[in-house]
Amino acid sequence: MAKALLDLVARRFPGKVLESHAAFGDETVVVAAEDWYAVHAWLRDDPASDMQMLVDLTAVDFPSRLPRFEVVTHLVSLRLGHRLRVKARVGDAEGQSVSIASLTPLWASANWAERECFDTLGVSFAGHPDLRRILLYPEFEGHPLRKDYPAELAQPLVPYRDVPNIEKVEPFGPYEGMSFGRMTHHLPRVTDPKAIQGRD
Amino acid sequence: MEPIERDLDSAELELFAEPMLLNVGPAHPATHGTVRIVVELSGETIERCDVQVGYLHRGFEKMCERGTWSQVFPYVDRCNYVSPMLNNVGFALACEKMLQITVPDRCQYYRMILGELARISDHLTCDGAMAMELGAFTPFLWMMKTREMVWDIMEEETGARLTHSFGRIGGMAKPPTDGFKAHTLAVIEHTGKVLDEVERLLLTNRIFLDRLENVGIISGEEAISLGWTGPVLRASGVPYDVRRSHPYLKYGEVEFDVPVGGKGDCFDRFMVRIDEMRQSVRIIEQCVARMADEGSVNVEDPRVILPPKDEVYSSIEGTIQHFKIIMEGLKIPPGEVYGYTEGGNGELGFYLVSDGSGTPYRVRIRPPSFFATSGLERIITGQMIADVVPCFGSLNMIGGECDR
Repeated sequence: MAKALLDLVARRFPGKVLESHAAFGDETVVVAAEDWYAVHAWLRDDPASDMQMLVDLTAVDFPSRLPRFEVVTHLVSLRLGHRLRVKARVGDAEGQSVSIASLTPLWASANWAERECFDTLGVSFAGHPDLRRILLYPEFEGHPLRKDYPAELAQPLVPYRDVPNIEKVEPFGPYEGMSFGRMTHHLPRVTDPKAIQGRD
Repeated sequence: MEPIERDLDSAELELFAEPMLLNVGPAHPATHGTVRIVVELSGETIERCDVQVGYLHRGFEKMCERGTWSQVFPYVDRCNYVSPMLNNVGFALACEKMLQITVPDRCQYYRMILGELARISDHLTCDGAMAMELGAFTPFLWMMKTREMVWDIMEEETGARLTHSFGRIGGMAKPPTDGFKAHTLAVIEHTGKVLDEVERLLLTNRIFLDRLENVGIISGEEAISLGWTGPVLRASGVPYDVRRSHPYLKYGEVEFDVPVGGKGDCFDRFMVRIDEMRQSVRIIEQCVARMADEGSVNVEDPRVILPPKDEVYSSIEGTIQHFKIIMEGLKIPPGEVYGYTEGGNGELGFYLVSDGSGTPYRVRIRPPSFFATSGLERIITGQMIADVVPCFGSLNMIGGECDR
């Protein structure tokens, strides 16, 4: 069943499937990073594969390899009951230019999964509508799941987000001294620390 | 009486016509994990919202890359502290898939019974907390009392009430105790009674129903696209259950139904969990009847299982084998695997990458709560501010699992 799926992908994308295997019963295809979106779009829409759900999206860091990162998705078809793992390799040895197309137009679950992947591994997803950190805080430096990030590393303390004249503001009302107060609602990101700087 | 000296004209209230931003959480009683929901309100209606998770991030996946494979078990326990046994078993199954070993039948039934008990405790917590947040405190206390009985079994079996660390690659830490079956049967009988009582109390309660029905509706297609699995997906009418679609352990041999909801509102999510507990009781009854009273719960493979203690202390081979497994860790062949089971909240996946040494190269946990919480924004936009509480409660976000 699923072996047929591997053949199907290879037939549909001749020469673009870099390798495929079914180790431990998990069917896997490796595609080039530039075909990432096209392969996923086809896997979702073709009735023979019909991958309705993007179960998981993550990446693995292999510092000794080039390209360095493997972006991995797991897909499942609820109707046909088969699964597929798709991988693509991106990034140079320094961990720069780690970029791949975003899958958010195809599956809504890609939104947070890609944000987490960006947050923890520093893979950026081109076309993602809202690529910001999700598990860590905005001031965090580095990407902790990269192999060159030491687990003992202590992060610098985040400076106190200073709100001017906080003693003088009324406890309620438009000037309440909080970053999410009414005065800041028009700013695009309510969590943006700059939002509270410009007011007196 | 003093005359009113206030000039009424100048005391006119200034009403804000523009939307108001409100911050719910991260430390709000109704956010059982720690989650922050920034909502933009127009009157009482939510126009826009941003769900921010990560307050409980502990670097779980990074920590797993530092020890041996067996040392991951305490971490997965702490990922989901409401049904830790399911995480234990899920991780053990993923590792066993890579080692290509199958545990004995007795262990498989043992894992299923403990896992279903953990599922009951998970759903009891979720439904009880949901009822409590809507003002129904009595069902909450009844359900917590029942959950405590489930945890009494766990304590007797594993020695720990909450974080058991009881799974092992290739088996379980200990065989079942002598009174395990009788104790389990007594508790599940009580569970069934409590569920009936809770249903009688809640399902005729107008306030409770009004707060849940037609609130937070999501269609099956949207739920699939959001990566929802488990009770929240089944409540939207999609009968996807890993235990049924891709049976593991002995789930292919026991009889159970997959309850589904109709509309996909909060009430369906509540009811699917109640029905699932009844199915868990059915599964446990069948497993108790089939589980052998004698026999090992571990595979007979000296590469993965620690030798018996009397061998360790009396023979040099036993000592060396014990030393190698503890110090070097058991060796999992190089490669990658995705092991998935039905956790308390949906598909709990472990994507493991091994380089052949005794230390995991990468442990990725696919948390069902993370994907469920990502859909919160979609279901509360357009609802009233008071609906955030039942919507959030019905997703059963487990902070430890969502943020890892």
